Amino acid sequence: MLDNLASVGYFLPEFALTATILVLIVVRVATKDPQSVAFPFLSLVGIGLSILLASIVPAGEAKGTFEGMVAYDAFAVFFKVLTALAAVIVVFMSMDSREMEGRPQVEFYVFMLASLIGMFLLSASTDIVMLYLSFELVSIPSYLLAGYVKGKVQSTEAAMKYVVYGATASGSMIYGFSMLFGLTGSTQIGEIGKALATGNLPVVPLVLACVLVAAGFGYKIAAVPFHMWSPDVYEGAPTPATAFFSVAPKAAGFAVLIRFFYTVFAVSEPGSSVWRLSTEVDWTLLFAVLSAITMTVGNLVAIKQDNVKRLLAYSSIAHAGYMLMGFVLLTPAGIQAVLFYFVVYLFMNLGAFYVVLVVGNSCNGEDISDFRGLGTRAPFMAVSMAVFLFALTGIPPFSGFIGKLYLFAEVINRQIYWLVIIAALNSAVGLYYYARIVKSMFFDVPESTEAIAVPAIPRALLVLLVAPTLILGVYWEPVARIASNSIRMLAF
Amino acid sequence: MGFFDSHILTLMTFIPLLGGALILCVPKGKDDVIKGVAAVASFIPLLLAVRMFYIYDRTMAGVNAADQFQFVERYSWIPNINVEYFVGADGISVPMILLTALLSFLAVIGSFGIEKKIRGYMALFLLLETGMMGTFIALDFFLFYVFWEIMLLPMYFLIGVWGGPRKEYAAIKFFLYTLAGSVLMLIVMLALYFNTTDPATGKHTFSLIHYMNQATHNSWIKGFDVRILLWLGLFIGFAIKVPLFPFHTWLPDAHVEAPTAISVILAGVLLKMGTYGMMRISFPIFPDITVYFAVPMAILGIINIIYGALCAMAQSDLKKLVAYSSVSHMGFCLLGMAALTPLGMVGAAMQMFSHGLITAMLFFLVGVVYDRAHHRQIDGFGGLGVVVPIYTGYIAFAFFASLGLPGMSGFIAEQMVFLGSFPIFRTLVIIAALGIVFVAAFHLWALQRVFLGPLNPKYANLEEINKREMFCLTPLAILVLFVGVWPMTVVNLMSVSLVRLVDLVKAVI
Repeated sequence: MLDNLASVGYFLPEFALTATILVLIVVRVATKDPQSVAFPFLSLVGIGLSILLASIVPAGEAKGTFEGMVAYDAFAVFFKVLTALAAVIVVFMSMDSREMEGRPQVEFYVFMLASLIGMFLLSASTDIVMLYLSFELVSIPSYLLAGYVKGKVQSTEAAMKYVVYGATASGSMIYGFSMLFGLTGSTQIGEIGKALATGNLPVVPLVLACVLVAAGFGYKIAAVPFHMWSPDVYEGAPTPATAFFSVAPKAAGFAVLIRFFYTVFAVSEPGSSVWRLSTEVDWTLLFAVLSAITMTVGNLVAIKQDNVKRLLAYSSIAHAGYMLMGFVLLTPAGIQAVLFYFVVYLFMNLGAFYVVLVVGNSCNGEDISDFRGLGTRAPFMAVSMAVFLFALTGIPPFSGFIGKLYLFAEVINRQIYWLVIIAALNSAVGLYYYARIVKSMFFDVPESTEAIAVPAIPRALLVLLVAPTLILGVYWEPVARIASNSIRMLAF
Repeated sequence: MGFFDSHILTLMTFIPLLGGALILCVPKGKDDVIKGVAAVASFIPLLLAVRMFYIYDRTMAGVNAADQFQFVERYSWIPNINVEYFVGADGISVPMILLTALLSFLAVIGSFGIEKKIRGYMALFLLLETGMMGTFIALDFFLFYVFWEIMLLPMYFLIGVWGGPRKEYAAIKFFLYTLAGSVLMLIVMLALYFNTTDPATGKHTFSLIHYMNQATHNSWIKGFDVRILLWLGLFIGFAIKVPLFPFHTWLPDAHVEAPTAISVILAGVLLKMGTYGMMRISFPIFPDITVYFAVPMAILGIINIIYGALCAMAQSDLKKLVAYSSVSHMGFCLLGMAALTPLGMVGAAMQMFSHGLITAMLFFLVGVVYDRAHHRQIDGFGGLGVVVPIYTGYIAFAFFASLGLPGMSGFIAEQMVFLGSFPIFRTLVIIAALGIVFVAAFHLWALQRVFLGPLNPKYANLEEINKREMFCLTPLAILVLFVGVWPMTVVNLMSVSLVRLVDLVKAVI
C-alpha cells in the first residue's frame, strides 16, 4: 500500500486533466467570445498531455496507490489511452456542429474532461468506494452533456432519462457493494476476492450482491435488459456527445466490469477460467445468455430504425453483446479479445458517428433517407461511411472482422458453440441494417444532386479514422500485442 | 524459375487490385483511359495464366501434400496466431484460375458499353477479380476466408448500383445469403484451428494442408457428431454459393438483376467456388463424413438437375432461364463429386470448367439482345433468325453446348459424370439422365420461340451482333469446341490431383 503522498507521482494524467479544466474556466472568464476556438484547442492539449503521461507513467506500475484505492497497471493505462483518444476525436467532432450552433461553449469541454477523469479512475479502481465515486464522476457530467442543447426537447428528455436510469443503476450497485462489504468486511476488491476464495460465505446474499453490482455495470455498457436509456439518449443528445457516449463510458464500464469480476471471481492462476461460486450459480452461462440476448435484441431492434443515430445506438448495444462474449469466460485470451475489439470499435464507431454529424450539418437530418445519394454528392464521405459500416458488420478486409475473429476464437476455444452460432447469425442480421444505409447512399436516387462540400478538417479526420479501420483489417499484429500486454491487472 | 514464374499466383491476384487503385487516380472525364487500364489490368493475369498453363507440371498431385503444390509462396503474415500468406496451385485450382483469368478479361471487354460511373464499376470489378483469384490460390484457411469475403463487397455494389429494376433487393439478398453461409464457415475454421496442432511446431495453424492430415486432429474433433456438424457448417456455406436446392433462391434474383458482365462472372466463376471449396476443404479434411453424406449429396445433385431444368422451362424471361439452367448444370458437379470415383470427380471438375465457358456465352448473348430490345421476354420475340443470322448462330451454338450436344465441352463433362457415378448410384443416375430431357427441352423450346417461327415485325430492324461482342464470344466458342473434341488437354491438367483426392477420401472406408 502506498500512502497518499507517495501516490501523487502516479496521478499525473488525472492532474493534467484537472489542470486543463481549471485553465478552461479561467480562460472563459478572461475572454469575451463564448465560442472561442481556444476551448477545444486547450482541451486537446490537456488530453494529449494526459495520454502522454498515462502511457509513459514516469513512476512505473504500482498497486495499492492512495491507500489501495486505485492501481496503476497496464490494464488501466490501456483504457485511459483509449477513452482519451475517443475524447480527442470527439473534440474535433464538436468543433463544427450545427446542433450546437457552431462551436459549443466551454461547458461542453469541461463536462467532457470531468467525465474523462472519472473514466480514468474507474478503469483503475480497486476499491468499491473509489469505484462507486468514479462511476458517479463518469455519469454526472454525462447527464449534462446529453442535455447540452437547451432548446431541444429530445435533448432534455435524453438527459432526464439518463439521470433516472443512472440513479437507479448506481443505487442498485451501491446496495450490492454494501452487501459485499457486510459479507467480507473489506472494501478492497482484492480482499473481497480472497474472502470468497475461502468458500465459507453464505451463497444467497453473495449471488444477490453480485447480480446487483452487475446490473450497475450493465447499465454503463448498455447491456440488455439495462439498455433502455441508450436509444433515447443517443438520439436526443448532440451528435458529438452521442459519439462520446457510444465509446468512452462503455469502455470504462467494460474496464470496471472486467476488473471487478476478474479480481473477485477468477482464480488467479493464469489461463484458468474457473469462476468461483460456479458450483452454485453457472456464471458463465448467466453472462453468456446476457451476451446473446444483448446482441440479439440490439440487432433486431436496429432493423426497424430510420434515424441513423438511433440505429447506431442499437448497433452499439449489439456490439456490447459481442464484447460480452469475451468477458463471459474470464480468461486472459477473452479479455485480450475485448481490449482488441475496443481499439477497432473506437475508430469504426466514431467514424460512423462522424459521418452522421457531417451529413446532419449539411442535410438537416439524421434519417436514413437523408443519406440518399451521398455516393454521388460526397463520394469520399460515402465511401468512408461504407467502410465504417462494413467494419461494424464484421466482414474482411476491415478491422471489425479481426475484432470479431478474436472474440469468436476464444468462445470457440472454450467450446461454447451455441453462443458463437448466435453471434454469427447476428452478424448477418447486422449486415441487413447497416446495408440499408449503404443502399441509401449508393443505390437510391437523391432529390438533389448538388455536391456536398466537405471542408479540409473533417476530410482529414475521416482519413485518420478510415486508415486504422482498413489497416487493422490487414495487419493487426502490433495492436494484438498491445492488447495482450494490457491484460495485466494488479489488484490481487 | 524466374521471378515472374515463382510469383505468378501473387501477380495474377494483385495486378487487378493495383489496376483498380490506378483507375481511382485517373482524372474525371477520361473514360477511355479507365477502360484501357482495366483491360490491361485484367489482360496481364490472363497472359500469366496462359504461361502457367504451359509450365504447370501435370504429374504433381498437390491436394494434401505441401511439397507437391506448384508456384508456392509462403510467408508469415500474423505470427501470433500463425496466419500465413500461403498460396499454391494444383490440379483442382489450375483450371479455375484459367477460367477466372479468361472470363474476367472478357467481362471487362464486355463491360465497355457501361456508361454510368464507369470508374467505380471498373475499380470494383478489378477488386472482385482479386477476390476470385485469391480464393482459388489460397492454401491457408484464413486467407481463403478473407478472399472469399472480399468478393462479396464489390459484387454487392456491382449488382446494387449497375443492376436492373429490382437491384437493391437482389443485391442485399445475395449478400445476406452468402454472408450467412460464410459465418458458418468462419466458425468451422476457428474450430479447426483450435483443435488441430501442427506436429512440427506444436502450434495451432490455419494451413488447410495440415488439417487434411488426420493425425493433427485432437480427440474432440475426432468425435463423429462433431465432425458431422463441422462438415455441415462448411457444406451449407458452400452449398449457398453453388447454389444447391434449397439455398438457391438468391441466384435467379441476382443473375437477373446484375449487369451482363457481372452475371457472366457470377455464373462463370462464383458458383464454382462452392464446389471448389468442397473439393479443397470439406472432402479432404473430413473424408469420413464425406463418405457418410455421399448419397444425400448425390440426391441433392439430382434435385438440382431436375428442379433447375423444370424451373428454367417455366420462365418467361430469357435471363432467368439461363440462370436456372446454371442451377441445373451445377447439379451434375455435385453428382459427380458424390460418386467419389476418379472419373466422377474429373467429370465434376470438367463440368465446372465447361459450364463456366458455356454459361458465360449464354449470359453475354442474353445481354446482347437485351441491349438492343430492352427486354428479355421469350414470348416477346419471334423469328429473329432471319434478322440477325450471326447472332442466332452464336446463340444456337451456345444452347446446343449447354444442352450437352456431343462434340462440345458440356457433353464430355456430363458423360464423365454419368460414367463415373453410374456404378455407384444406378437408380439416381438413371433419373438424372432423364433430367437431360428436360434440359434439352427448355433450351430447344426457348430457341424455337425466340428465333424461329414468324418474324415479330417490331424487331425487323434489330441490329446484328457487333465486333466487340463477337470478340467476347468467339474465344469461348472455340474453347467449348476444342475441349469437346479434345478434352485431354483439360483432363490431363487435373486428373492426377483429382485421383489423389479420391484416394484420400476413399482411404477412410
